[in-house]
Amino acid sequence: MKPLARLLVVLGALSPLLLFILPMWSIELEAPQYPPPYGLGMKIYINKIEGKKENDLGNINNLNHYIGMKRIEPDSIKELKIMPPLVIALSVIGLAAALIGKRKVVIGWLVIVAIAGCVGLYDFYQWEVDYGTNLDPHAIIKIEDMTYVPPLIGTKVLLNFTARSWPDTGFMVLGLGMALTVAACFMKPRVEPS
Amino acid sequence: MKRIRSLTAAMALSLFALIISGCSEGDKAHIGAAGDAAARVYVAPGKYDEFYNFVSGGFSGQLAVYGLPSGRLFRVIPVFSVDPEKGWGFSEETKPMLNTSHGFIPWDDFHHPELSMSDGSPDGKWIFGNANNTPRVARIDLSDMRTKEIIELPNSSGNHSSPFTTENSEYVVAGTRFSLPVPNQDVSIASYKENFKGTISFIKVDKTTGAMDLSFQILVPGFDYDLAHAGKGPSHDWMFFSCYNSEQANTMLEANASQNDKDFIAAINWKKCEEYVAQGKGKKIDAKYAHNVFNDKTQMASSEIKNGVTILTPAECPGIIYYMPTPKSPHGCDVDPSGELIVGGGKLATVIPVMSYSKMIASIEAKKFDKEIDGIPVLNYKDCLAGEVKKPGLGPLHTEFDGKGNAYTSMFVSSEIVKWSLKDFKVLDRAPTYYSIGHLCIPGGDSKKPWGKYVIAYNKITKDRFLPTGPELTQSAQLYDISGEKMKLLLDFPTIGEPHYAQALPAELIQSKQVKVFQLKDNNHPYVTRSEKDCRVERKGNEVHIYATAIRSHFKPDNIEGVKVGDVVYWHITNLEQDWDVPHGFAVIGNNNSELLIMPGETLTLKWEPKYPGIHPFYCTDFCSALHQEMQGYVRVSAAGSNAPLTHN
Repeated sequence: MKPLARLLVVLGALSPLLLFILPMWSIELEAPQYPPPYGLGMKIYINKIEGKKENDLGNINNLNHYIGMKRIEPDSIKELKIMPPLVIALSVIGLAAALIGKRKVVIGWLVIVAIAGCVGLYDFYQWEVDYGTNLDPHAIIKIEDMTYVPPLIGTKVLLNFTARSWPDTGFMVLGLGMALTVAACFMKPRVEPS
Repeated sequence: MKRIRSLTAAMALSLFALIISGCSEGDKAHIGAAGDAAARVYVAPGKYDEFYNFVSGGFSGQLAVYGLPSGRLFRVIPVFSVDPEKGWGFSEETKPMLNTSHGFIPWDDFHHPELSMSDGSPDGKWIFGNANNTPRVARIDLSDMRTKEIIELPNSSGNHSSPFTTENSEYVVAGTRFSLPVPNQDVSIASYKENFKGTISFIKVDKTTGAMDLSFQILVPGFDYDLAHAGKGPSHDWMFFSCYNSEQANTMLEANASQNDKDFIAAINWKKCEEYVAQGKGKKIDAKYAHNVFNDKTQMASSEIKNGVTILTPAECPGIIYYMPTPKSPHGCDVDPSGELIVGGGKLATVIPVMSYSKMIASIEAKKFDKEIDGIPVLNYKDCLAGEVKKPGLGPLHTEFDGKGNAYTSMFVSSEIVKWSLKDFKVLDRAPTYYSIGHLCIPGGDSKKPWGKYVIAYNKITKDRFLPTGPELTQSAQLYDISGEKMKLLLDFPTIGEPHYAQALPAELIQSKQVKVFQLKDNNHPYVTRSEKDCRVERKGNEVHIYATAIRSHFKPDNIEGVKVGDVVYWHITNLEQDWDVPHGFAVIGNNNSELLIMPGETLTLKWEPKYPGIHPFYCTDFCSALHQEMQGYVRVSAAGSNAPLTHN
């Protein structure tokens, strides 16, 4: 690979590390009583879940007790502990691929990242399903056949709330990193002196 | 959806009707109102007013917050009177705020709000208020609209010329309406001239915390000190007070205090006073007064009875005070934005006198004094006069300024606002008020930089202006547009209590800093319960302390047993919510007390002494959630001397 292509791969390989400071996913909730810009929201990082505003997470948990949803306690979510080392590992492998500088190796890395991403999204959706369906049988509000699974991507109406779920900046940056890496793979290889 | 649609349609229709009636009936329906008045005061649903208007509640003792131009009432801030709705003066946390050297007082008469100022302009930090009856000054925080401090004034009675502040709120002042023996003592009322004195108090205000401290008092002749305003710009060092009853009458003042052709505006050089105090020229005398402070960290008020005040005597401190003669029985005393002109408001005068600061200083420097009263030089009226507004109307009271070279004076007797020019003192316009205007207010109208868009009249009489409600009628405010040459009446709106002075400032100065919730993690109340697992009930002799929490939609604990007749029960309830606009209320049957209204993150304490054995229900009084009606509990009260153990769930 040419130096420029290698640089792009390095950037791509470093991009997952930004997930430590940028949220990967975002869920926003709006209701008549929670009008924009005062709606509630969560930012999901690889290592933590935070409210969009200072007390949002607590307020979401408090409201969720009506429908019997488990409290979202970041400390007890195992993914938030597993993901950070995995992400670091991805970056390290990516950097190694850049160092080796072989297109096939880089493509291999891209495949690993893609698989990891898919597994991550699948797991996230399972997590949403678990929270949205695994409800306390003594819940205050029980509606037959009603579950509260937020959408993976898009908008869904859940009782008085409209839930919106979208990839956030971290995911975008990761996507950009992958795009750079893909671009690097399409660049003409260095012409070896014969 | 259908309901929403029909609601919108109904609103649109009624708005249409409003506009139509506004256009067709015009002056007939709204006496004096401009034809397009409705549109100019209309603030669409969900939209915000341009100004906050803080209006004194007079004999209600409270401060009302309105929006302008809509005239909508947003909140009544409890200050000097108890407010059972908000638990003000009923909760253990707030009771000390109403303590005085006379003990707990549940009521007072609030006349004048004054916004804190930086460089002669409202800075949106605090608003001060005066208690007229039992002399006190309060400081209200504009970020949570709560009363944070009340300081009592010794050697004072009828605290009327208060709480006006200097250009950077270095001091808040307070002058006595009633002169008294200082220190107060058992003397014959007929010995007034010999024994009665007035005092002018200067309360120092901390720039960052707002904390007040009674710095010194000036002992002045026994006149009635009425209203005041600070100098600004060139007159920064000075404070001006109107005073009447220079006759020193002690009975039937109506006639006996209306004999002299001229009374005075007292000009006080507070910088010079500071120097004398620093030199130790003040005399410390015994004087008991209460100083009550609400601590935001512990969410509790404490009251301290202090003793001693520094007194300055004019005869011993030359240069601190001068009397400027002013036409008889003055009321208002207002300083124009430039700080050069001091406008008196002689209730019985036929002119509005406008005094000149620079001429006053020239007279002082030239020592052109007519006489001395108790060591206070009396200046010459003509020497200090900038000009007189001739034939202004009857009963001039107060003057505010628009920052565009005009003054607006309220006329009680002729019931009108008179606009006049600060250049030539000519009357430019007059607008009737309905009826008998007292104070008036232009946003920032007593400051260096008025926002001269509206003037609001605060009327003493309403008669036929609103639907009658028996013999006791609402008092009212009237909003006038002053953006053009002529004043235009836009709106009448009712007020709480009796409105005296009011101040207004642009909403943008304080809107964004409004507190939405109290952070639980910063709640250092000694009886806070930060989570449900910390809820408990403790007995200390016959005191029972209930550490309870409230969150949608339950109290914890909600079943308590083992309370006995004769116990003094303290409910310490923490609202665990951290969400905007989710207060919880609390009330228990048969309690000789108010409710509590607990804001998110706040802890409040209600005292309860159950009288009979039996089951005593309690519940949340603020419709907090869909299951608000389920937010309830029971206390089992056993007979005095029973062995029932104290239990809770």
